[in-house]
Amino acid sequence: MDFYVIAVLTLDATVRVSAPLILAALAGLFSERSGVVDISLEGKMLAGAFTAACVAYLANSAWMGLAAAIVVSWSLAMLHGFACITHRGNQVVSGVAINILVAGLSIVLGLVWFHQGGQTPNLPNTARFTEIVLPGAEAVKNVPVLGELYYELISGHNILVYIAFAAVPVVWWIVYRSRFGLRLRAVGENPKAVDTAGISVAWLRYRALMLNGVLCGMAGAYISTAQNAQFVRDMTAGQGYMALAALIFGKWRPVPVMFACLLFGFLDAVAVRLQGVEVPGIGVVPVQLIESLPYILTVVLLAGFIGKAIAPKAIGEPYTKER
Amino acid sequence: MSQPAGALPGWANKALLPALNIISAFLVTGIVFLMIGESPIEAAKIMLYGAFGYQEGFGYTLYYTTNFIFTGLAVAVAFHAGLFNIGGEGQAYIGGLGAGLACLALDAYLPAWILIPLAVIASALFGAAWAFLPGYLQARRGSHVVITTIMFNFLASSLMVYLLSHVLKDPGQMSSSSREFAEVAWLPFIHNMLAGMGISFDESPLNVSFFLALVCCVLVWLLIWRTRWGYELRTVGSNSTAAVYAGIKPAKVIIWVMCLSGALAGLVGVNEILGVQHRLLLDFSAGYGFVGIAVALMGRNHPVGIVLASLLFGALYQGGAELAFDMPNITRDMVVMIQGLIILFCGALEFMYRPLLVRLLSSKAA
Repeated sequence: MDFYVIAVLTLDATVRVSAPLILAALAGLFSERSGVVDISLEGKMLAGAFTAACVAYLANSAWMGLAAAIVVSWSLAMLHGFACITHRGNQVVSGVAINILVAGLSIVLGLVWFHQGGQTPNLPNTARFTEIVLPGAEAVKNVPVLGELYYELISGHNILVYIAFAAVPVVWWIVYRSRFGLRLRAVGENPKAVDTAGISVAWLRYRALMLNGVLCGMAGAYISTAQNAQFVRDMTAGQGYMALAALIFGKWRPVPVMFACLLFGFLDAVAVRLQGVEVPGIGVVPVQLIESLPYILTVVLLAGFIGKAIAPKAIGEPYTKER
Repeated sequence: MSQPAGALPGWANKALLPALNIISAFLVTGIVFLMIGESPIEAAKIMLYGAFGYQEGFGYTLYYTTNFIFTGLAVAVAFHAGLFNIGGEGQAYIGGLGAGLACLALDAYLPAWILIPLAVIASALFGAAWAFLPGYLQARRGSHVVITTIMFNFLASSLMVYLLSHVLKDPGQMSSSSREFAEVAWLPFIHNMLAGMGISFDESPLNVSFFLALVCCVLVWLLIWRTRWGYELRTVGSNSTAAVYAGIKPAKVIIWVMCLSGALAGLVGVNEILGVQHRLLLDFSAGYGFVGIAVALMGRNHPVGIVLASLLFGALYQGGAELAFDMPNITRDMVVMIQGLIILFCGALEFMYRPLLVRLLSSKAA
């Protein structure tokens, strides 16, 4: 295969791997911009993946699976809100609780419902989000360079990939152009000012978490019903944390966050491709090293060595209305 | 909901509130049992018998307890300084690497009485080193310790996969693990020690690191409540601005606390690698670092509470394994779920019942 084809295929894989990261990172963006730390992205994605696989299998419909995943992930987001906003609990502790709770509960329920060691049965294609071939893709397939680019990279993804990338400008618009977005940014920086203006801090944060739950549910459904065809134990495998890293890397802004997700997805795709391959002049690069790059990059960024990641000011602090 | 006016009496705050939280966690667990069609009472009986009912089971319970004391103390120590160390998992993993490397390098040359202390120190040092960087970055460069420790958990995992599949792998083995250490590096099992004293006790993985864990509890108690440094640590935890005015340097305290926390978590390696596995292998840390969070929250960050909470989790782990035998619908994952519920109710929803209690108790007083 020539270099160009390899490059296009790697980018194609990048897009596939990045899609759930983008959805989850945008979910985290809403929550953290409102001042609520969300390390439960992982748990909500896992819950979404499990629910989507169960319901898609039982109803034989990917869309039903998606809807159920959104409902469950949304409920967990509300639980997070109940603990962090209503009861002013520790946001990190609440997030950890949700992650661990889902890791256990998904297997417990999966085992009882399907008797397959906690997995769900394989999904038939009718219960999955499958590839969509965009108009004209077949026709231009054999056109050199551009045809391949269109056929492999732009066309041939499932609907959730397109939704993920379409969500970026939508979220951008919500955050920077809508009234809700203005208040959302304000409440993450200075909740007291928002409160003084007569706007409910709690309700704003709850709404941010609602959006968060919806997006996480989609990310989860993507993993079990689009990328794969069943739910298996711990199948999110740290992608929630990677989305969190991408959120920090993109400095809590939609478009840079998308590029961070693409970068992490690219590293992942490259790691797969480089498995056991001798790189000229370097030798075999350990796959583990490439896979850890997102985490290393995030640590380095947080340490202020490459630019500065400035979090919303009020992040992590429960708001107490003065009386 | 607004901040409840009025304070609670000490006993309600220290005993009643946590008790209500734990009961809530177990009530929800009971509901899940009913949902999957198993009797919660029956399950509790099997678990209690499995954990305490016979010698081998009890040995296993205390063996798990040992790990949870280490990770629970690790989380608690950091908590007292206002730091949330969720990197116990990675620190425990790397601590085990330290113990393993010491044994692999030296087990042919040294007698047990030098090698074992060296390996114990190595596990603490490796754990401390793995926690030092997040601590340093938080103290000096302002990156949040929660995020960095999450990242370091993944880095530890990748590092171990690399080392065990490329560098330390025993060529004679199919699985990714190192060679077995020479017998001088093995910690004595309790059942062997008891046999030496003429007491027969069934075989279990329980080894002398259990006593090391208890000693650590006493030392942590002394350190936090009876030393000047412990005072500084608690001051930084409750108000780091005030600490600065009291002449304390929070950055320095933070770095050392994280090292201590990492060292305690690293000692899991002593129990697992030196005590039981006698070789380095993948994933021996098996979530113990995360259980430490639940243990610390449940034990209210006090060594006595941590021992009790560790015992409870030890019993849940061992009883859960027993349960998996008797109830085909249940696996160890049930314990993971219970752990999540305990963290939720004892940690995140810690004060949920507070307004209610304040109302009840103050109306009684009036």
